[in-house]
This record gives sequence, C-alpha cells and structure tokens, in this order.
Amino acid sequence: MSSAQARDVLLEIRDLRIDGRTNEEWVPIIKGVDLTLHRGEVLGLIGESGAGKSTIGAAAMGYARDGTRISGGSVTFDGRDLVTASEAQRRALRGARIAYVAQSAAASFNPAHRIIDQHVEAPVHHRLRSKAEAREDAMALYERLRLPNPDEIGFRYPHQVSGGQLQRAMTAMAMSCRPDLIIFDEPTTALDVTTQIEVLAAIRDIVAEVGTAAIYISHDLAVVAQMADTIKVLLRGEGVEEAETRRMLSHPQEEYTRSLWAVRSFERPQKRRPAGGAAPLVEIAGVDAAYASGGKVLDDVSFEIHPGMTLAVVGESGSGKSTAARVITGLLPPARGEVRLKGSPLPPHFRDRSRAELRQVQMIYQMADTALNPKLRIRDIVGRPAQFYGGLSGKELRRRVEELLELIELDPADYMTRRPPELSGGQKQRIGIARALAADPEVIICDEVTSALDQLVAEGILKLLGRLQDELDLAYMFITHDLATVRAIADEVVVMRDGRVVEQGPKDEMFAPPHHPYTDLLLSSVPEMDPDWLSRLLEERGRDNIGEAARDGSGGH
Amino acid sequence: MSPVLIGACLVLLGAAGVAFVRRRRLLCGALVLLVLAVAVTRGFGLPPDLAGLAIAAALLAVAAALSAGLKWSIVRFSGPAVAREFRTAPLTASFGILVILLYSTAALFAPWIAPHGEAEVISSSFAPPSSSLLLGADQLGRDIFSRIIYGARNSVGLALAATLLAFLLGAVSGLLAAIKGGIADQVLGRIADILMSVPALIFALLMLSIFGTGLLVIVLVIAVIYAPRVFRLTRAVAGNVVVMDYVEAARLRGEGDWYLIRREILPNAAAPLVAEFGLEFCFVFLLIAGLSFLGLGVQPPTADWGSMVRENATLISFGDMTPLIPAGAIALLTVSVNFVVDWMLLRSSGLKE
Repeated sequence: MSSAQARDVLLEIRDLRIDGRTNEEWVPIIKGVDLTLHRGEVLGLIGESGAGKSTIGAAAMGYARDGTRISGGSVTFDGRDLVTASEAQRRALRGARIAYVAQSAAASFNPAHRIIDQHVEAPVHHRLRSKAEAREDAMALYERLRLPNPDEIGFRYPHQVSGGQLQRAMTAMAMSCRPDLIIFDEPTTALDVTTQIEVLAAIRDIVAEVGTAAIYISHDLAVVAQMADTIKVLLRGEGVEEAETRRMLSHPQEEYTRSLWAVRSFERPQKRRPAGGAAPLVEIAGVDAAYASGGKVLDDVSFEIHPGMTLAVVGESGSGKSTAARVITGLLPPARGEVRLKGSPLPPHFRDRSRAELRQVQMIYQMADTALNPKLRIRDIVGRPAQFYGGLSGKELRRRVEELLELIELDPADYMTRRPPELSGGQKQRIGIARALAADPEVIICDEVTSALDQLVAEGILKLLGRLQDELDLAYMFITHDLATVRAIADEVVVMRDGRVVEQGPKDEMFAPPHHPYTDLLLSSVPEMDPDWLSRLLEERGRDNIGEAARDGSGGH
Repeated sequence: MSPVLIGACLVLLGAAGVAFVRRRRLLCGALVLLVLAVAVTRGFGLPPDLAGLAIAAALLAVAAALSAGLKWSIVRFSGPAVAREFRTAPLTASFGILVILLYSTAALFAPWIAPHGEAEVISSSFAPPSSSLLLGADQLGRDIFSRIIYGARNSVGLALAATLLAFLLGAVSGLLAAIKGGIADQVLGRIADILMSVPALIFALLMLSIFGTGLLVIVLVIAVIYAPRVFRLTRAVAGNVVVMDYVEAARLRGEGDWYLIRREILPNAAAPLVAEFGLEFCFVFLLIAGLSFLGLGVQPPTADWGSMVRENATLISFGDMTPLIPAGAIALLTVSVNFVVDWMLLRSSGLKE
C-alpha cells in the first residue's frame, strides 16, 4: 500500500536515547535508535517485551512516560524537533496531527461517557470541526470501519459494545482529526483471533484510504507482516535491523531476527492413545456448570485426559475452557455430571477432597505475577508442596527443592533465596511449573501458560514442559486460544465454543480437513507469516463475513 | 544583631531550603549550621520577639540536622536492604523516627532520666523554672519536667497497648472475614457496623462510667472502639489478596485457614496495616488524652499528658505557657508518627514523587 504515496519524510528519529528510573538511578532503556517514516508509510516495530517498542511509540509523539526521560537525540516531526519543542507546541500536535491507539480500548475509553462524546473531543478542542460536524464525521468513520449500526453505536457507553468494536471505535477516534501519523500500540493483542481479523482489516483499509502514516507496534510477527510496509526489529533498546516487509520475512540478515522467525517451527511428535482402550487418567463426563450469577457456562461437556499425553482445550474467550478447569480442580462444583480420577469419582468441591486426590491434579497459571506470592522466597514457594504432601523437612526438603530447580533449568544456588519480583516473566513461569511438580502430580492443568510471554520465552517453556512430560510421564490439560501452541505440543484437541464441545479428536485429524465449520474458522483466522495472508483471506471469506459476523454464521451448521 | 545580619540569616536559610530540595545534602547542612552559629552567638542580644524567632529557627535547624544525621547513620551502619529504604526516605520521616526514639527512651528509662519522682512534691505550687525545676512546678508543687517524662511512659504505653489490642481484634477478624466470606463475613461486618455507629467519645464515656476507670478498662474499651476500623481496612486489603492465584493455589493444595492467613495473606497486606497502625495510634493517643482531660482517663497521681493539661489549665489565663508543654508533647508525637506513617504509605502504595 506504499507505492503511490509521496516519499517525503514525515517523522525522523535520530539517535534517540531514553532513560528509565529504577532504584533512584537513571538506566538507559533506549540506546540510540534511528527511524525514518515517510508520509503514508506503515512501519512495524517488532520486539520482545522490554525491547522499548512502546517507549519509542510514545517518544514519536514527543512524550516520555512516567519514570522515563528523553536524554538525547532528536524526534523530528514534519520539520519540528519534538524533544526541544515546548509543551504547548507538542500538545497542539497531539490528537490533531499525531494520534495514538492503545492496546486495551476498554481501559482507554472513559466508561462514564458515551463513545461519540469522547470521539468529538479532539476535533472540537483543536477547533478543526464544530461538534455537529465532528459527529457526522464520526458516524462516517464508523461506517468505513464497518461497525454495525454506525449511526447509533457511538451513542452507547464503552461497556455496551464488544472488545473488537471498541478497538475499531478507538481507531475511528484516532482518525477524527485526520492526523498525519497514528501510533498503534498492540491494538489487537488482547483480542480473539476471529475478532482480530476484522480489526486488522479495518485498520489496514482506513490507513490506506486516508493515506495516514502509522507506526504499528506488536510482538506478533504475523500480524505486523499484514500491516507494515517496512519492519524494524528491536532488541533491548537497540535497533537490530530494518527492511521492507517481504525482504525481511524472506531474507532476515541478523541472527536474532532469524531466531524470532524460527520460533514458529517448533513441534513435538504426536503421541497416540495406547491401543485397546486404556483407562483415562481424568475423565469429565456430562458436566453442566453455572456461576451463581448467570446462566450455564458449561453445557454437557465430556472429555478425557490420558496418562502421559497432552490434551489441548481450544476456544475463544468465554468459551468455557477455563471453567472446565475450575470444575476439574473443584473450585466450581458442577451442576450435573461428574469428574473421575482414575475411574473413581472425585468429590465435586475441593474442600471435600483428600490430600492424595488434591496432590494428583496441579495447576499452572496464566499470570505468573499473581500466581506466586511476591513475599515468599523461591525456596519456600517450591518447597511448600513437598513439605505439605511429602512431609519432607530440613535437608531432605532442601535437596528436593534443589532437584526441582535443576529440573526447570534454574541454578538452585542462585535462585533459592530470591523472591518472585526479582525474576523475569519466563523464570516466574518456571517457578510456577516447579511448584506444580513439587506435589509429584499425575496431571497438570496449564491455563494459558504461555500467552503472557514473549515468543522465544514461551517456546522455552513449551520445550521444558515437553521434556518434563517425557521424563516424568505427566499428562497435561493445556488450555489455550493460540492454535500455534496447540500445533506445537498437543496430542489430542478439544474445541470448545459457548460452553459446549464442538469437536474433539487426535491432533492430526483435527488439523486436517474436513473440519467442523467453527474449527475451520478458528484455524483460518490464525495469522500467517505471509504478507498476503490477510488479503487472500478477505477475498475468500468476503468483506462482510469476517469477525463476529463469521462466528455467528458458523453457529448454524 | 543588626537587621543586615538577620537578612543574611534569612537568605542563608532560604538557600539551605533550596539546597535541601535540590538534594545537595552537605551544602544544606553547612548552611544550616552557619545560621545556627549566628543565631546562637548573636541571638540573645536581640529584642525578645526576634530572639524567639531566631531560637525557633535554630531549633528547626537543629531538628533538621539531627534527623539528617540519624538518617545518614542508619544508611551507613545498617544492612543493604534497610539502607536502600532509608536512602529514599524524606527528612520528615527520619525526624519522626528521631522523635519516636527520644520518646521511647524517655518512656523506658523514665526513673533514671527524671530528676524527681513522679508524684513527689518538692516545692511550692506553680513555682517558676529554676536549675532544679527545668520547667517549673505544677499546682501541687511537683516537677513538671519529671512528670512529662513519666507521662511518656503512661500515655504512650497505654495508647500502644490499646492500639495493639485493637489491631489484634480487628486484623484477625478482618482476615477471617476475607477468607471465609459468606455468612461469617456478613456477621462480622454487621457487628463492626453497629460498633462504628456509636460516636467514639460517647461510647467511651458510657463504658468508663459503667465499669469504672481502671487502666485495663480503658485499654479494653478503646480497643473495642477502634477494632472495627481496623477490621474494615484489613478486610478490604485482604479481600484484594484473597483473589490472587497464589492463594487459590494454596487452597487447592488443601492448606488450612491459619496457613493462608500467616503465609499468603498477611505478608501481602502488612504494609497498609502498619501504616494504619501509626494513624490509629495517634487517634487512640488523642482519645486517651481527651479522656484524661475530662477526668475519666488516667487517674491522679499518675502522670499523664492529657490530665497535666487539665491540672495546669488555670495558668493559661495568667499568660503562662506551662499547660502548653504537655500539649506540645502530644502534638509533637502525633506529628512525628504521622510523618513516619506518610512515608510508609508512600512506600506501600509505590507512588513516586
């Protein structure tokens, strides 16, 4: 979408240096990054968390976030250096000529005001349009972004529309002053794959139509490949390489870039159930479940977890996959049906289960931050289950903790006495795994364990889980919305939707046609590394049959 | 002292203030010492008003210098973890710690520090200050300075005991309510509501007139009055911790309530509770002083700052500042505790300037 645009430079960042404040000291977090953006061009910024993507995005608006300062370099927007400009000058640009779309639209809209009232704020403030004109324009933009009922949707409050619609409304808001530059900071990261597509398509089309330049920040290569003309890779505050999208995908130059690209190729050999119908380890049979406040969240759900195998439970948010895990652990007693462990029924509530029963089913959580008590030492976190179930103490306990830490590839001498806040995200998740292993379980429920992690780190965790499965003969129930993860490690797959099991079977069968239409929709919605993937998909499905529309359509089959 | 010199002193003080804000500690200290030297050597020749001003400024400078000194020695001579916390502490916090240390020294070693006995009559009533009576005598001829020192023991000790008991009651029931939820939560919450619906002072007066004014009764009544506030805070803080995944993990492991409270919840709720402790301590302290002032608190001849204010209150009408001294002791402690609490709150909330 770049070629026809005039090639004059809109934004030029030279030798940008930004410091962050930690422990009363200024530490460099951006160490001299250069970046050039032409009018109408879309630049993708790629990197792991902590690489400085969002910080650079904010700096492109001349803005240093709390606890950071711009310590050197220049940010020249349309001939004006934003670093040295006065606050009033910068404020005159923001909203009017540079706009920002945040990751979580739900957190960025003010829930107390209607969407359209927030939309017209910027144009009215900058005296570009009258309120009535701005409203007319908002509705036009909503229509171009293919929001349902464009004349009416703006008059709702943010909580009354879905996440994908809100993200599009936010893009419309960023467009309200027809800025020269929009910064998209991970706008689709929090969305389901099927919703992601419609937001991506809407953003891409409107950016091309209006001819806005954009910086698209994401950790997801496949997404950036759809959106960007050029891609810039960042690593720990430094630029690694920059190239035109196709060339970057086909011929990455740097070692680090190649390692990012290679992540997606990891796959474990698939295991099969032993012939002759062996008994399942955990069996959930005909379960209905509901929370006190609402209707059914699980409707006649049945599946089995077999010893030493990985069962992936796939579905979008709200499909009931985490609720199924809560039923198995006993946090939510089922309304009907039962959970069986090695053939014998488990008491529905975890309080009624014996220690031996509790020990056999362990859990690893999505957010390692909230899953580990920040005030306890690693030694105590990992040691407690061994002490509690195994009755170990003193030297024995210490030896067991050392053994467990070695198992998860962390040096015991170094990590025993640390506390969780002193660890990185991946290390925390490893500690979570060690705590589960300390109970010596038969089955571990992994609830989105990699979705909060960077790709390389996530791959490390997946490989570790795979190795542990081989060594300790563990069974996993792997809850995820990420089909790439499923493809990498699952043996069997359960697809859930609206509290029901849509389809289940061995992985190879599930990934080979013919699919259930919903499985098909999920599968085809996963972005691929091919820059033409989105265009091709839109052609196949048709513009009006993506996202929510597609999902509702498939329900009828 | 000439107006020029006074002007110079003010400029220097201003510069010291700027130096402090700009975090030039050494410069600040040097300037303050300079002003101090000038004030002490020349201040006594001033007209009374200006001398008072100079002495007040000098006192302020001494307080700042002492707190800075205390902070420096803590940073210098303690472990790395403590030193890291104190390095970022504002000067007000170390001033507060300094005052609290002074008060606790006075309270602990009262018999050795005080020149005279607590209830010892040694001169005529309302005798003026002299070398043996540092702050003069009270209405019965007892040494006010000694009584202030003993008062630290009685007033502060009583307030501390009452606050500790209030925290024990409130925190334990708050934690239980957060963990158990459901009916236990409702019952405890409603009991707290009922207790809080009665005005504190009226409730205290009522209870004390029913049960008499023993020290134990005072402690119990005050603990019951303040426990509901602690309960509400603890329940709110613990409520945020209980929903964490690590608590769920511990529950799924089969851990009992006591383990959950002790290992998982309390360490994560401690910071706001400690801050609240300081705050409640001030309120309790003031309530006890108020009760003593009304004659229902600590009974004579036991020295207590609140009752000391009342006993000497008549002197105010003669322009004598004696009754203000115990009042000042109360004010200084409350302010100091609040300085420390503010700092702790800032730390626990993770707010940066």
